[in-house]
Amino acid sequence: MLWRKIARHILALTLTVLLGGLLSAFLVRLAPGFTVDEAQLDPRLNSASVRALRESRLADRNILSFYFHSLNRALHGDLGTSISLGEPVTTLLRQRIPQTLRLVSIGVLLSWAAALALALSAAWLRVSAYDVLNTILSGAFLCIPAAVLALLSVLWNVPGSLAIALIVFPRVYRYTRNLLAKAYFLPHIITARVKGLSELRILLWHVVPVVAPQLLAVAGVSVSIAIGAAIPVEALCGLAGIGQLAWQAALARDLPLLTNITILVTLVTLLANSGADVIGDMLRGQRA
Amino acid sequence: MRPPEKVGRMKFVKAVALSIFVASLAAFAAAQSGGELRFCLRSEPKTFDPLKVEDDASVAIRYLTGGVLVRMNRQTQVLEPELAQSWKVSKDGKQITFKLRSGISFSDGTPFSAEDVAYTVQQLMDPNLHSPTGDAFRSGPGNVETKIISPTQISITFPAPVAGLDRQFDQVAILSAHSPKKEMAVLGPFMVADYQPGSTVLLKRNPNYWKRDAQGRQLPYLDSIRLDIQPNRDVELLRFKRGEIDLINSLDSEYFDKLGAASPQLVHDAGPSLDSEQMWFDQVSKAPIASYKKTWFRSPAFRRAISQAINRDDLSRIVFRGHAQPAIGPVSSANKFWFNAKLKPQTYSPDSALKALQSEGFRLENGTLKDKDGNAVEFSLITNAGNKYRERMAAMIQDDLQKIGVRVNVVTLDFPSLIERMTQTFDYEAILLGLTNVGLDPNEQMNVWLSSSENHQWNPQEKAPETAWEAEIDQLMRAQASSADPRKRKEAFDQVQEIVVEQAPFIYLVNRNALSAVAASVHGASPVILAPQTYWNIESLSVH
Amino acid sequence: MRSWHGRVWRRVASIVLLLVVGVSLSANWLAPEGYARQYREAASAPPSRQHWLGTDEIGRDRLARVLYGTRISLLLAPAAALLSTLMAALIGGLAGYLGGAWARVAMAVTDLFLSLPWLFLLITVRAMMPLNVSPMISVLVTFLLLGLLGWTTASRVLCATAGSLRNADFVQQARASGVPDARLFWVHVVPNLKPVLYAQFWISIPAFILSEANLGILGLGVTEPTPSWGSLLRELEGVISIGEEPWKFVPLVLLVIVVTSFQLVLSDQEQVAA
Repeated sequence: MLWRKIARHILALTLTVLLGGLLSAFLVRLAPGFTVDEAQLDPRLNSASVRALRESRLADRNILSFYFHSLNRALHGDLGTSISLGEPVTTLLRQRIPQTLRLVSIGVLLSWAAALALALSAAWLRVSAYDVLNTILSGAFLCIPAAVLALLSVLWNVPGSLAIALIVFPRVYRYTRNLLAKAYFLPHIITARVKGLSELRILLWHVVPVVAPQLLAVAGVSVSIAIGAAIPVEALCGLAGIGQLAWQAALARDLPLLTNITILVTLVTLLANSGADVIGDMLRGQRA
Repeated sequence: MRPPEKVGRMKFVKAVALSIFVASLAAFAAAQSGGELRFCLRSEPKTFDPLKVEDDASVAIRYLTGGVLVRMNRQTQVLEPELAQSWKVSKDGKQITFKLRSGISFSDGTPFSAEDVAYTVQQLMDPNLHSPTGDAFRSGPGNVETKIISPTQISITFPAPVAGLDRQFDQVAILSAHSPKKEMAVLGPFMVADYQPGSTVLLKRNPNYWKRDAQGRQLPYLDSIRLDIQPNRDVELLRFKRGEIDLINSLDSEYFDKLGAASPQLVHDAGPSLDSEQMWFDQVSKAPIASYKKTWFRSPAFRRAISQAINRDDLSRIVFRGHAQPAIGPVSSANKFWFNAKLKPQTYSPDSALKALQSEGFRLENGTLKDKDGNAVEFSLITNAGNKYRERMAAMIQDDLQKIGVRVNVVTLDFPSLIERMTQTFDYEAILLGLTNVGLDPNEQMNVWLSSSENHQWNPQEKAPETAWEAEIDQLMRAQASSADPRKRKEAFDQVQEIVVEQAPFIYLVNRNALSAVAASVHGASPVILAPQTYWNIESLSVH
Repeated sequence: MRSWHGRVWRRVASIVLLLVVGVSLSANWLAPEGYARQYREAASAPPSRQHWLGTDEIGRDRLARVLYGTRISLLLAPAAALLSTLMAALIGGLAGYLGGAWARVAMAVTDLFLSLPWLFLLITVRAMMPLNVSPMISVLVTFLLLGLLGWTTASRVLCATAGSLRNADFVQQARASGVPDARLFWVHVVPNLKPVLYAQFWISIPAFILSEANLGILGLGVTEPTPSWGSLLRELEGVISIGEEPWKFVPLVLLVIVVTSFQLVLSDQEQVAA
């Protein structure tokens, strides 16, 4: 029974990931500029070379056949070759995954540490000035463009993961704070407080179980937010990660590379979110 | 800590001897070592194969690592011997004979001979290569012939005359025919030692480099060059200010002033460069735009009037903070030989622009210019997004043209979308873009001026020239290309420039100055207008 | 005492918002020369009596640009945020409430939405629009797109919230007493989603204002010469690398004030730390 459930999950996961790859390939193909290469503007190139450049781009014109061939090759461990960088996609991804993994995971952890610290202290203290102060602080980070935060991290020589943390932090903070504030006004928690239970006990025994599934969902989504933030941060901080690669690939309309990056990102997103779901379900099951 | 008197005599002598030895070693090392030079590449190098090079980053690496037969001195704009001691171009412009230096070897120790030159030329002229460097030599159908006369002498014969044949070899880095390291075996001053995709390229000095300075010391002085891949100019400037990089090629004018205000000795304005900023109208007959607009765009009087109504002085003074010259024609005045000095600068005069338009049947109604059928004159001007100087120029042009009742809609597009509109769908009205000129010779612009060419931007791939003046340009460009006489070529190209200014298919706006920044620790730098502006004399640079 | 504090904060915030709206509406009167006038003799000028916030790189009065930019951004960003919040409530809330296969499919779609390269959709949309499009249409389309694409994050959190409500005692009681599903959803579930919906709305406003500026790269969003907060905030990138122009921070401060005020006005009385 359990195995069948797991198998069904894996099947759904695989289908979603493959669909993600196909949709992204369609989006890239649909967008203008698919058949052009900046190189063709070089006035030294003669007409035959310009046409040859264009032809090479048209090879992947039919997305369905492109995708089918790519999948076929992928089954043999070959993810294709990047058009713009001329390297095998496998090599490019392998070189860059560790960098992004480190950046994103440290960024997410830092942002959660900051958000939880502020949200919990606000929930405990229940001083309106403190809450307003936190709102202003998180609001400020929300209003500063990601590129500016990344530049500041270069200026002050702090690691890019801090910039990621500051981009993710206000979003996590706001959800967490609102969810906690709501939980503290549930009738049984007010009763618990009236009874004089310690704040820590209220938090761990009564508040956390109520908000845990939602917070886990926020945790899952914060991974996606962090991956999105990795694009400007890596590009500006000169970090050779997946975000920087994705941006280069997008500008060059590098279909094989973009499709593979989307598949990778979809996979990570799905794993993070369904992981959060599963743990959330388990918690809910325990309580029920 | 031991008190000094307790140190034994012998020990003292030893210590002195040792310290003298160490000091002299250090002095020796200082004389030998020129340190490490660091600067930024603005994009990922697409290839290390010098024959396939097309992007700026790869061009930079080819310049630093490739050994060439001849090199155009970027300061004097004169061709100088390198691997070739001397050379001779035949009268018909088809054949070139090189006399090579002997006793030179590649970075991996493989000896260099005429065979390598023959191999390189054959690889370069492979019709399936499709590289800009190769195409520059391809002036007619047929195969190139290489004849090795002796290990130090080779003659190369092209099927048709190649104008400025010897100059083209400035771009051809010689490959080894035999080295197992293929293109990584080089003849230039540096070689690629390490490449971290997306972050750095590390170059080390080539231990076998043949050139020596006047004192007989082997060049280059530098031990290594670290190239950081960094597309963002703000970050580049930050890192320069922090001393993490030593050079900035083509610095932004805004940053030039700020940096120069604090430390004027670090920034260099070498004067107008070859690069021009220009706008043009879509003249393609099958373009999917309203036919009345096509009529305007195909009218030379309309184009001239627009050109006259743009305040070029303000563009250079405000957008480029004075670090640009109003452009006169297709050739920048920086191109000493080829610039047509008879051309007059464009005068800014909205009044005469309006008068000229009125004599063409346009009229001004409540501040809106209308053509003779009553259509309001309005067009969109597209430019590539993210280039703040072009965005500002577009906003100023919009403001200028409003004074003659023309409404301009500025649209910024990402580069691939823009190129698709410009080269394939022709779905645009006007484009504002800059064209960088790498070389000085008009032949490098052949495919811009020939009406049948793909890069004839305002109306590409014409079956036959659609206007008399385009036919005339075709004929003049072909004439200059088939002549070996520089005077005749200059005469023909002067005429081309006059026609282009008169017909205004391109409205030339400004020539940007070559701005750069060089850290105080770099010795021997003297920035010039031709790329690579700051490190053209890389062999004699050192860092202390 | 505490709820009194909360009321004060909310009142202050409302006044601030009204003030900002009022000032931006009177831009015609405060900056009669308009936002497009180029004072070419005073480009990149520091603040002066004529130009309180100085001028931009081509000599346009920065104060006028901030005032006029406020109109567009302050009107459209909350509208788009509202749209995305409603979509999130509908998709995430309903999926979580219905549970089972519905939830799984909806969340798979959400995950796909989170990971697809939407950049290319935006580029395609720009290609389908005519080039000579008025700045107003362009900016409307942009914010509409942002609203339509921005619901994903909240939707996931809402699904989890609604999922835990589905089996809550009071919902089951209501269901047992024969309350129809649709009514159950609107009356019992949606109000409990408020904390997440408010968070989503609040986060979306600045996020959309900034995205609008980034979409300028694709030829969408506000076009020259019309100003927007997003484009004004992009000036900060230059400030960091060359420094010493504090007045360029004014748009950022203003945005933080507005965003904070929105949050304070929105919060239920008990939520501002009652």
